[in-house]
Amino acid sequence: MPTTPAPTEDRSAVRTLLRLWPYVRPVRVRLFTAAVIAVVASCTGLVIPLVLKWMVDGPVADRDSAGVWLGALSLLLLGAAEALLFGLRRWLVARPLSRVEADMRADLYRHLQRLPVAFHDRWASGQLLSRGTTDLMLLRMFLAFPLTFLLVNAVTILVGVTIMLLQDWTLGLVVLGPAIPVVVTCVFFENRYARVARRAQDQVGDLTTVVEESVLGIRIIKGFGRHRSQARAFRDLSAGLRGTELHKARLLATIWAVIVTLPELAIGAALVLGTVQVADGELSAGTLVAFLSTALALRWPVDSIGFLLAMSQEAATATERYFEVMDAEPEDEGVPGGRAPRDRGFSGRRVSAGDEPAASSRRVSTGEGRAESDGPASAPTSAPASASASTSASTSASSASAPEGGLRFHGVSFRYPDADPGSPPVLDRIDLHVRAGESMALVGATGSGKTTLTALVPRLHEVTSGWITLDGEDITAMPREELRAKVAVAFEEPTLFSASVGENVLMGAGGDADDGDLERALAVAQAEFVHALPQGTRTQVGEQGLSLSGGQRQRLALARAVVGRPRFLVLDDPLSALDVHTEAAVEAALRRVLADTTALIVAHRPSTVLLADRVALLSGGRITAVGTHHELLRTNAEYAHLMSGDQEADHR
Amino acid sequence: MQAGPLLVAYAIDRAVPALREDDLGPLVAVGVGYLGCALAGGCLQYAFLTASARVNQDVLLDLRGRIFRHAQALSIDFHERYTSGRLISRSTTDVESLRELLSEGLQELVTVVLSFLYICALLLWLDLGLGAVAVASFGPLYLLVRVYQRRAGRVFRARSTAIAAVIVKFVETVNGIRPVRAFRREAVNEADFKVLNQRHERTNGDALLEMARYVVGSRLVANTAVALIVLWGAQRVADGSLALGVLAAAVLYLRRLYDPIDRLGMFLNSYQSAAASLEKIAGLLAQEPSVPEPAAPLELPARRPGMPGREVVFDGVAFGYRTGGEVLPRFDLTLAAGRTVAVVGSTGAGKSTLAKLLARFYDPTAGRVLLDGVDLRDLAVTELRCGVVMVTQEAFLFSGTVAENIAIGRPDASREDIERAAKALGAHEFISALPDGYDTDVRRRGGRISAGQRQLVAFARALLADPAVLILDEATSSLDVPGERAVQAAMATVLKGRTAVVIAHRLSTVEIADRVLVMEHGRIVEDGTPAELVAGTGRFAGLHRAWRDSLA
Repeated sequence: MPTTPAPTEDRSAVRTLLRLWPYVRPVRVRLFTAAVIAVVASCTGLVIPLVLKWMVDGPVADRDSAGVWLGALSLLLLGAAEALLFGLRRWLVARPLSRVEADMRADLYRHLQRLPVAFHDRWASGQLLSRGTTDLMLLRMFLAFPLTFLLVNAVTILVGVTIMLLQDWTLGLVVLGPAIPVVVTCVFFENRYARVARRAQDQVGDLTTVVEESVLGIRIIKGFGRHRSQARAFRDLSAGLRGTELHKARLLATIWAVIVTLPELAIGAALVLGTVQVADGELSAGTLVAFLSTALALRWPVDSIGFLLAMSQEAATATERYFEVMDAEPEDEGVPGGRAPRDRGFSGRRVSAGDEPAASSRRVSTGEGRAESDGPASAPTSAPASASASTSASTSASSASAPEGGLRFHGVSFRYPDADPGSPPVLDRIDLHVRAGESMALVGATGSGKTTLTALVPRLHEVTSGWITLDGEDITAMPREELRAKVAVAFEEPTLFSASVGENVLMGAGGDADDGDLERALAVAQAEFVHALPQGTRTQVGEQGLSLSGGQRQRLALARAVVGRPRFLVLDDPLSALDVHTEAAVEAALRRVLADTTALIVAHRPSTVLLADRVALLSGGRITAVGTHHELLRTNAEYAHLMSGDQEADHR
Repeated sequence: MQAGPLLVAYAIDRAVPALREDDLGPLVAVGVGYLGCALAGGCLQYAFLTASARVNQDVLLDLRGRIFRHAQALSIDFHERYTSGRLISRSTTDVESLRELLSEGLQELVTVVLSFLYICALLLWLDLGLGAVAVASFGPLYLLVRVYQRRAGRVFRARSTAIAAVIVKFVETVNGIRPVRAFRREAVNEADFKVLNQRHERTNGDALLEMARYVVGSRLVANTAVALIVLWGAQRVADGSLALGVLAAAVLYLRRLYDPIDRLGMFLNSYQSAAASLEKIAGLLAQEPSVPEPAAPLELPARRPGMPGREVVFDGVAFGYRTGGEVLPRFDLTLAAGRTVAVVGSTGAGKSTLAKLLARFYDPTAGRVLLDGVDLRDLAVTELRCGVVMVTQEAFLFSGTVAENIAIGRPDASREDIERAAKALGAHEFISALPDGYDTDVRRRGGRISAGQRQLVAFARALLADPAVLILDEATSSLDVPGERAVQAAMATVLKGRTAVVIAHRLSTVEIADRVLVMEHGRIVEDGTPAELVAGTGRFAGLHRAWRDSLA
């Protein structure tokens, strides 16, 4: 079940935490000021014992009541100053630190939206979510306390030790004695702690995944009565987490015990020594009180270092987890003229580009060729004259000419980026031309790669080789924004977002669509049922709204695809969840839309296929036949099998 | 752990004079005492931390499990209302804030309370007057705590709501990444997310500021108390009514007394945040499952040999949502054992509701649904799910391997069983072609497995579960015709003799049915064999003609 990639290398906690700097930078002044204030406040606390010493040795011993009043007043002032400084520190960082957390979360969100779909296929959303919530909260807490207090405590200890050494250097050294063993223990255990902490965080992520899946797959769990086994899986995971947390606690307890015991022993030794010195008259009672008071005041800073370091380690692993996502390469924005690096590059493209005019000229020469399969694979040897003529013309001019219109796949191969390079590609040298204004149905056996092929058009996945053109323009040469504005998609799985019905549909348009467009789109998709919803088109749907049936969602998704009157339409089995009446009505309306739209329609059934002008058959990763429905039904056995289910075992 | 200052007082007041008289006894006592205290302190610290961690983790384990089980026990209509993001937030961030309270806060509280009590007692013992002043200082501190609690409680509730909204948006985007991309929602989403994120940021900042206020107030009170006690103590040392050592010890203890008030603040902080979360968790746990398990479950009669299907009777059943609006008016319907019944009709006609009543995703508002004469409400969940299995259009895959996903139908199934089910559906080929065959990890919700293949996997589950009654709610919508034929063949062979309810809009599916029900507006308007209906003049006949034409 664990879905997190193992941490790649052992990085030092400090170096990892330093990566937070860009986020901390904007608030660095406040954070730094706060730290300085905390140091000052802490030192104020250390001055208090000195005042006490002065009081005990001076006014109290001398029975000087004015001196006592003075001492008490200064104590009061110091105390007030300490309190206000502590408050000031918190006030200074409260807003900035929430801002750092929010900024990091917004960045993560922005980045996730731009990561390739392939990344999302790989990562469980629970793992992403736990990075966006618990990990970031840990980081905020780290910036608020451990970071500041590691500094504050270090300075406090340093100042305290200096004060102690100044008061009595032998006692000071005795107190300092345990420092080295404490540091050694800390370093030893912190490393182990870091590993365990990382495991705990990953386990939380896995747990989140199980929770999420059990919520999203609740119908299946209930349908099969599997809530017990799901609960068992959950229990196992959470028991694993408990084990890790306990291991963490044991490590922490060891560190604490060492940190508590050793300094206490040193203070005890100092007390014994100090008492001897006082008895010998070498030390005043006041100095001893002040000394011990200082030593005791340092106890908390020393004690806390253990858990401060532990929190820092957790923060470091949280940072690591955060940047695992942030370091993933996002999709490029599709800079005009730029091509994705993993494509074959310009030279290969130019060579095959030379074939384009040849192929198109052949079509001209053969008239309205119907069952042809375009492209270099079947590049003709005929018509050399016209071919050379068009080749001599500039490629850019020819690509803008009429025959180049529409949606065209040129030798497109595709293999999932994480697939074994030796495995056969999902799509293998696909050449397909959907002419401008034409609608083409894509038919193929279950799992033949139809959906994958459609995902290449809006560049949800990137072609491994070959290229795709829209009206002659390479899709990698236009910004993704523009590409996706041109191509509207209706997915097989109709996802609605938490928004009103109207907004859900209108998100398919560029933003200049009005209510008229909305109505038209709803009419095409036969989605007039929305007017019967409680608040009409303003009814909230999606995660936080009304739940709609599969057929209703599919019709809204269809309306979303057609609302912007896109030039290119990609429909992935758009009618699968519709009932028979609605299907017929949608088909009739959709035909009008398709009349002047270039469309690629994945189809499973004859009724859907009939929406299209022509059909392409996808088989074994290749386009094996193109033609009208009736032609293919007559001439192609595989097609006939797919459409009617007859002639069992003829193919495959 | 808190004996230090006492030993200091003893050392100054006793050991020093004793030593001056060459009496090492008291000094040795101090030394041994301190050694003992240090060792005991360390050991206790270790024991306390590990023990409390154990308790905390047990509580969390229990709570996590309880939320999870409860959420799973709640009915489908609850899940349709309560969004998945909110549920996830309940069992992640809300539990996390409880974890914080338990692992850090509670420990703080125990330390703080114990040291408060202990130090107060010591101070009172050292000197009644000084101790009384220290105790009196708790009055204003208590008031501060109350004020803080009230204000912070409000802020934390707002914060918990805010983070839940953030999570909802986050999950929705990540799960819907394809449409997000294709419809260029990135910028809009970012703007929406920004609003939610900033709301959380604001409440978060508010919470931290409340904390700052509390810290200033409490420190101020504490330091003032220290100054007052020292002033008074010094006066008394001056007039001889207090020993110097006692004052020294008292002052040392005082510092310790107030040291943990910051930590008390931390505790209150996590307490308030946890209380807000707990409130929400309790709200979730208080949801009554609207489809409860029976207190005294009945058993189904044994299946008759050669007749694995069971009879289904809808006896005066009506259904409406609790928000009002009748979906299915009162009706009676008997589905004979071993027969396949197709239900057709337009969206919203009530087909799915009928299926959900039969699968007991809902309970009818009136009447009974009987399986071989036993009310579904009297069946234990396991018994019910052996009897009735529903396959829906939405073929969700859980993370894990393909084989594990199929085995959801019957967890104890062997690999042979799983492969046999897959083969019966013609799914074996594509599964074997996956990189690791049946052991291929489907990752998150089947990114690489097409919708049609997912439906085949979902169907294989049902095949493996071998139910008496099988409900297919648009379960073959994404299959191509051969795939659908394979499913029908499997139903005719592997599931032969089972009672089947098939909701479909594809008439090719309907043709294999023994009986067809046409539904409209929650009512059954046509009922008969496919042949009868086709021959008639009703809606079904019209649909069937249109479908025939499309095949021509």
